Amino acid sequence: MKELSLNILDIAENSVKAKATKVEIKLEEDGEILKFSISDDGCGMKPDFLKRVVDPFATTRTTRPVGLGIPFLKLAAEQTGGSMEITSRHIEDFPDSHGTTTSAVFYKNHIDAAPLGDIVETVVTLIQCNPDIEFSFTHVTEDRTVRLETAELKEVLGDVPLNNIEVILWIKEYLVEQYN
Amino acid sequence: MKSLAELAAIRDKMKNKVVIREGSNETRVVVGMATCGIAAGARPVLSAFVEGVNEAGLAGSVTVTQTGCIGICQYEPVVEIYESGKEKVTYVKMTPEKAAEVIEKHLKGGKVIEEYTIK
Repeated sequence: MKELSLNILDIAENSVKAKATKVEIKLEEDGEILKFSISDDGCGMKPDFLKRVVDPFATTRTTRPVGLGIPFLKLAAEQTGGSMEITSRHIEDFPDSHGTTTSAVFYKNHIDAAPLGDIVETVVTLIQCNPDIEFSFTHVTEDRTVRLETAELKEVLGDVPLNNIEVILWIKEYLVEQYN
Repeated sequence: MKSLAELAAIRDKMKNKVVIREGSNETRVVVGMATCGIAAGARPVLSAFVEGVNEAGLAGSVTVTQTGCIGICQYEPVVEIYESGKEKVTYVKMTPEKAAEVIEKHLKGGKVIEEYTIK
């Protein structure tokens, strides 16, 4: 992946596949550290499956639905001196509090650190393709906090879907404005 | 500054349009967004379709959405076009530039660009 924002898109797609109704994406930049986490209320993973998804060599073709996304993220984080962690609670074991949180720490100044890239495109793409999922996005940097709560937008929009083109363009500008 | 009042205005404007949309034969543009697709450049392709479809005035009849891995990872980014009454068309190794061409020739002009497809 050329940009971390693509890793974030890819990991958030796992939440979509896990049938999440809520996905929370948080980014935090402080000095040379960039942290992010993606939390969902999807079906979660059982402990034995969780162990396998971080190891690309144990990902056989039958487990392909998860594939290389997580190993890619792990590599991207570790090659900067950072780390990745996943916690998960499977729906069968935790019927009322299931879901997965994937978090990663990156050292931005490391020569092998990929740029964050176009995070706005990542958020907009997720909403465009999954208008029924509630997305919460927060990006805290040293000088500002950028946020978007699709639940708040939905309250205003009523029946008009979030992926209506005019709404999508509004969301994109709304985010870009917050970064400028 | 963007305000929620603008969103409310969009909502009011759409109230009438939604009804028309339900009755029309919708075309679906589906972009492969699994790890393979994303790594190969699916995100800017999807974005090019969303914006291009709007600029072409097709937003009322064409929806742009995603799917997972369809199994031909070496040809990603892959875009499938579903039109009612027609066979599915699969475009491979897509770019934002090719997307613009597909919107113009295929979605607007009704002509499949064979050289970008796979059978």
